[in-house]
Amino acid sequence: MFRNALGKTFRFLGYAVQYGCVAHCAFEYLGGIVVCSGPSMEPTIQNSDIVFSENLSRHFYSIRKGDIVIVKSPTDPKSNICKRVIGLEGDKVCTSNPSDFLKTHSFVPKGHVWLEGDNLRNSTDSRCYGPVPYGLIRGRICFKIWPLNDFGFLRASPNGHRFLDD
Amino acid sequence: VLYMIKWMSLIIVFVCGSFFSICFLVMACNENDCSSFTSKIIKRVIALEGDIIKTIGYKKKYVKVPHGHIWVEGDHHGHSFDSNAFGPVSLGLLHARATHILWPPKRWQKLQPMLPPERKPLQREQE
Repeated sequence: MFRNALGKTFRFLGYAVQYGCVAHCAFEYLGGIVVCSGPSMEPTIQNSDIVFSENLSRHFYSIRKGDIVIVKSPTDPKSNICKRVIGLEGDKVCTSNPSDFLKTHSFVPKGHVWLEGDNLRNSTDSRCYGPVPYGLIRGRICFKIWPLNDFGFLRASPNGHRFLDD
Repeated sequence: VLYMIKWMSLIIVFVCGSFFSICFLVMACNENDCSSFTSKIIKRVIALEGDIIKTIGYKKKYVKVPHGHIWVEGDHHGHSFDSNAFGPVSLGLLHARATHILWPPKRWQKLQPMLPPERKPLQREQE
């Protein structure tokens, strides 16, 4: 009776470890569900929206200009931030605010990206802490799951003027 | 996982406290790489966030390491692609801490934390 219970416990633990490993690999290499908080990506992503992010783009280096990405915060490695990619390495970006009279530009260094939130007036992003290393990108947000009335792929940036074409 | 070390900078990784430097494997984009893929580099941690250090060949002579960043240097200063080239490194890029050298067998050793005395920070932030 005791041996039966012990056998069942070990089998359960075995399955738990296997499922745990598969789940870890899935979250690390494939993607997962993310709850977003904060106003910096409004109106595209509101506070407490639930989105699905995939990690394959980051491993295959297919992050594009205009993608919304989840990034480890450059100032606090324990937290993640969600912003839109405005420029990849080598791109020219506008570092001044839209309200400034004199516009300053710079080029994104190699191995970095320039991130900005969609809510330009209420977002701390690359305009504040500079270009972000590509290695900090965790995943790309593909589509929104919640709220249901906004289900589907994410809209393009409302700030098209921030994307400078060569 | 064994990493092949390509550069002349020395590999060392250490743990830290307030008197030692911590060294981690830092994942950063290496300009010497032919491909555009990021590769991992191994350096020694010289300063943590809040410390003020004197740099060797960096664009600013004195640097205060920003919050959430570290300053890493190779032990062979003249030939090292480290923070003196690309600046402070974000902690989120840290991958692992190297604790031992496994190969070649004649170099088997535990890597000891050791901060070179001439690279001590000028001012350490009190916790």
